[in-house]
Amino acid sequence: MSTRLSKGGRLIDRSKPMGFTFNGKRMQGYQGDTLASALLGADQMLVGRSFKYHRPRGIVASGAEEPNALVGLGQGGRFEPNQRVTTTELFDGAVTESQNHWPSLDFDVGAVNDKLYKFFPAGFYYKTFMFPRAAWKHVFEPIVRQSAGLGKVPTARDEDRYEYAYGFADLVIVGGGIAGLTAALSAGRKGQRVWLIEQTAHWGGRAPVDGVEIDGKPADEWVRTAVETLEKMENVTLRLRTMASGLYDHGYLLAYERVADHTPGDGRPRHRLWRMRAGHVMTATGAIERPLSFAGNDVPGVMLASAVRDYVANWAVSPGDRTVIVTNNDDAYRTALTLLEAGLAVPAVIDARPEAKGALPEAVRARGVRVLTGHGVAKVKGAKRVTGVSVCMQAGEGAEIETIACDAIAMSGGWSPVVHLWSHCGGKLTWDEDHAMFRPDPTRPATGADGAAMVTAIGSANGMLRAADAVADAHMAAGSEGTAPKAVSAEEAPMSPVWIMPEGAGPALRMKMWLDYQNDVKVSDVQLAAREGYESVEHTKRYTTLGMATDQGKLSNINGLAVLSDALHQAIPATGTTTFRPPYTPISIGAIAGEARGEIFQPLRKTPMHDWHEVHGAHWEPVGQWRRPYCYLRTGEGVHDAVNREIRAIRNSVGLLDASTLGKIIVKGPDAGRFLDMLYTNMMSTLAVGKCRYGLMCTENGFLSDDGVVARLSEDTWLCHTTTGGAERIHGWMEDWLQCEWWDWKVYTANVTEEYAQVAVAGPNARKVLEKLGGMDVSKDAHGFMEWREGTLGGFRARVYRISFSGELSYEIAVPASEGRAFWDALLAAGEEFGVTPYGTEAMHIMRAEKGFIMIGDETDGTVIPQDLNLQWAISKKKTDYLGKRAQERSYMVSPDRWKLVGLETLDGSVIPDGAYAVADGVNANGQRNMQGRVTSTYYSPTLNKGIAMGLVKHGPDRMGEVLDFPVDDGKVIKARIVDPVFYDKDGEKQNV
Amino acid sequence: MLTLECPYCGVKAEETELQPGGEAHLKRYGPGSTDEEFDGYMFSRKNPKGVHFERWRHAYGCGKWFLAARCTATLEVFGTYPAQTSEPPAELQAKIKAKRPNWEGYK
Repeated sequence: MSTRLSKGGRLIDRSKPMGFTFNGKRMQGYQGDTLASALLGADQMLVGRSFKYHRPRGIVASGAEEPNALVGLGQGGRFEPNQRVTTTELFDGAVTESQNHWPSLDFDVGAVNDKLYKFFPAGFYYKTFMFPRAAWKHVFEPIVRQSAGLGKVPTARDEDRYEYAYGFADLVIVGGGIAGLTAALSAGRKGQRVWLIEQTAHWGGRAPVDGVEIDGKPADEWVRTAVETLEKMENVTLRLRTMASGLYDHGYLLAYERVADHTPGDGRPRHRLWRMRAGHVMTATGAIERPLSFAGNDVPGVMLASAVRDYVANWAVSPGDRTVIVTNNDDAYRTALTLLEAGLAVPAVIDARPEAKGALPEAVRARGVRVLTGHGVAKVKGAKRVTGVSVCMQAGEGAEIETIACDAIAMSGGWSPVVHLWSHCGGKLTWDEDHAMFRPDPTRPATGADGAAMVTAIGSANGMLRAADAVADAHMAAGSEGTAPKAVSAEEAPMSPVWIMPEGAGPALRMKMWLDYQNDVKVSDVQLAAREGYESVEHTKRYTTLGMATDQGKLSNINGLAVLSDALHQAIPATGTTTFRPPYTPISIGAIAGEARGEIFQPLRKTPMHDWHEVHGAHWEPVGQWRRPYCYLRTGEGVHDAVNREIRAIRNSVGLLDASTLGKIIVKGPDAGRFLDMLYTNMMSTLAVGKCRYGLMCTENGFLSDDGVVARLSEDTWLCHTTTGGAERIHGWMEDWLQCEWWDWKVYTANVTEEYAQVAVAGPNARKVLEKLGGMDVSKDAHGFMEWREGTLGGFRARVYRISFSGELSYEIAVPASEGRAFWDALLAAGEEFGVTPYGTEAMHIMRAEKGFIMIGDETDGTVIPQDLNLQWAISKKKTDYLGKRAQERSYMVSPDRWKLVGLETLDGSVIPDGAYAVADGVNANGQRNMQGRVTSTYYSPTLNKGIAMGLVKHGPDRMGEVLDFPVDDGKVIKARIVDPVFYDKDGEKQNV
Repeated sequence: MLTLECPYCGVKAEETELQPGGEAHLKRYGPGSTDEEFDGYMFSRKNPKGVHFERWRHAYGCGKWFLAARCTATLEVFGTYPAQTSEPPAELQAKIKAKRPNWEGYK
């Protein structure tokens, strides 16, 4: 059994016990525990089930590489699935539950998959669910959906808050072990702005557990002094619980700080995402121990040798009473010594190497422990917990020599440097034959903006696995400032790579050798993939799902690609690794979202009249970042009814539209006219001061991009109105041409959209309302159609444009934004006797469609030129050039076969669905029905009391009166007649009064 | 995420502050040009693996367009300069040539 030892534990504080529950069972740990050490201390080795076979799973590791021990943590608004117990600090009252089992962890129905493992080989998804085709939808998918997925999705809204923070440094050192600390000391002394970040809650890394001495002191003591020294340096920032998640272009580093995971609900943000810019990055990320591939290496109780050592030394937890060590290197003997030191039994060390004569093995032998060299594990005994190990010769096929009773196995297949950050931005790896590992190739680092190396790997992350080498390497890399720390650790004899144990294991054993514990990928699966032709490691990964679990193959990848290389009869470097991608370990979605949720998800733009709309029933429509009233709902009224009421009110009396969102750009200067002539399809330089003109803008590719009314304010000043969504884009477009093409033209532009509140007063009584306000002559003779006047209206400084998008007598009045709300109120008061009705965007849209006016984004979609919309009248024939002119001369653009704008009137008066297509006879080359047109705008017109639509139809204007078929859902066909797009007041008698 | 120094305001701008504008030093072909010329101006881009001249706007800064010379493979930035020029500054060209001897020039 695993248990808490009566003394020791360098990280726990026995005076501070903490209670928690696992699957409802009450347990106890201490401050300083991880969930993993607390669970093991309470003899809870079995913590979950694997993904595919639902095999019992125990804790394997002690850090970020843990593949098995994932739990659901917390409750309600603080529940989160897939929390790795090895990296979760224990807190008082923690509620945890195991995952991926039904009905219970101990008895799981899904485990039947395990008995059927022969039917679930690699790629079984692709092989099994193919036929019959209908079976996928009706049989397989429902079953797969039910059993797929790891953990439960939270259902309550997240109670915590998250934040972004920004950091800048000359040097960011990732990893607070002895290498990281050494580098920070040197760089700190040099005066660099240094950040040292460490993913766990403790400085010092593995050195204190491994019995390293530095400068004549135990590692713990040296680490304490080093941290104290660094804390005194003003140019050095230290952060614990901060994991470097990814490294990106030009030294952009994302770091994930778990601020309050261990103190939930204390008011601090739970996570903080640091967006850092590093002049240089040093990865002191250490190394991860590799498992050995022997049959039954996934039985709970089989753990990494380093993890066993960690649990004993750091948390005074013994994973077992009798622990057998299985290894191919000297380092694992440290685990034997640690266990013996704690008074625990080590029945044997099984060493795959032919001999083991280093200092560490000799020290173990001297304690009377059997060391079986040249041996291996044939198989592990036990199901939910190790009960023994069957020993064989490593060179053989697995014939059992003896069985050793034990309740834990500590395995070590050697170490792999953590090269993720090094690799994220293009750093390359080299194969180190001596240690059978990939390490960073210093000649091929990721490079930064200046073309120089952006990353340096130091310490064991650089392949310097021995403490003395690691510290020396770090000191030198960081500029060798000050005295180099001297580390001393035991000598180690060479390791010997072991990828399968025993060497000659047959199929039965290989089917029980786990590579990826979480996703249930075994040696046999990778070998099968190789036999089936998967030669690329990237393909094999996806076919077998090796390394695709939440641990991203931290334990399995190197073993997996070694097995693949062997199956392909090629050297490991020829196979290569899969791509290392951020994040290093999963980060919370909350941290990625930061503060951007709820009301501040994105900035909202509000007009000066926004609050009035809000309290008067505005049914909001998002238009870019603006919110505009779609219509105003009265009590008990539906949207459709409200829109129709608003339109009738305008057509019969008068309405008000908040048009403040309309883009307004000032274009000014001696060359402004010339510039606008290039920008618009029609002539703007000839526009008289005091007049307005409707204009079109096209892209260089000829397509219609924006439209609006232009007013000439003075000899050298024009005001260009754009669509609501187009203001920023068009302003940028103007600047692009002015700065990059015609930079010698004397023009400047200013986007004054938000400087003005603008109101459209439309309807037969519009003039009467303005006259009631008084102050300006708005009579037909004094203020003609398409003219603007400036003056004081009802006491407000106003610029009045007589333009109409509704087809009614209409004025658009701009006042300073600060006076917008007061002006709106004044208009409402003045209009009261006429029943003035505020209207929204939908009424505006319908009224413009009744008049046959186009709408950017409805009639245009980036493939429509003005000529398609019969807007030739707005295209100058005199100008030699404008943006888009050359493009519109291309053969396809002048083709008579282009679809052109027409009106559409359904024969039965109904409304055609938006986007419906008109079909023609025959089929095209793909066997699809030929098309001859489509609907671009479609509405119910309350004015005409029937459905009206606009659309683009092949040869449309020449086919007036013809009836087209528009097939819609359920085989129904709507018949519509081609008509003039101007449905209402063709002669403009309403607006010219 | 790239950082580029805006040659107008001197700010080392992060990519999120910038708006990309595609290849720099294009010659505009308007009415009167042949189909081939217009097609080349409108659609044909170099897309090299290596030295590339491109347009960027310091959109969330000073609002100015500027040009940058950058290696598309390594993301090394050779320099940035104002957009009001028809060819890259001579010293920048010399700098690139020194770093990339096989570079064939910006044209």
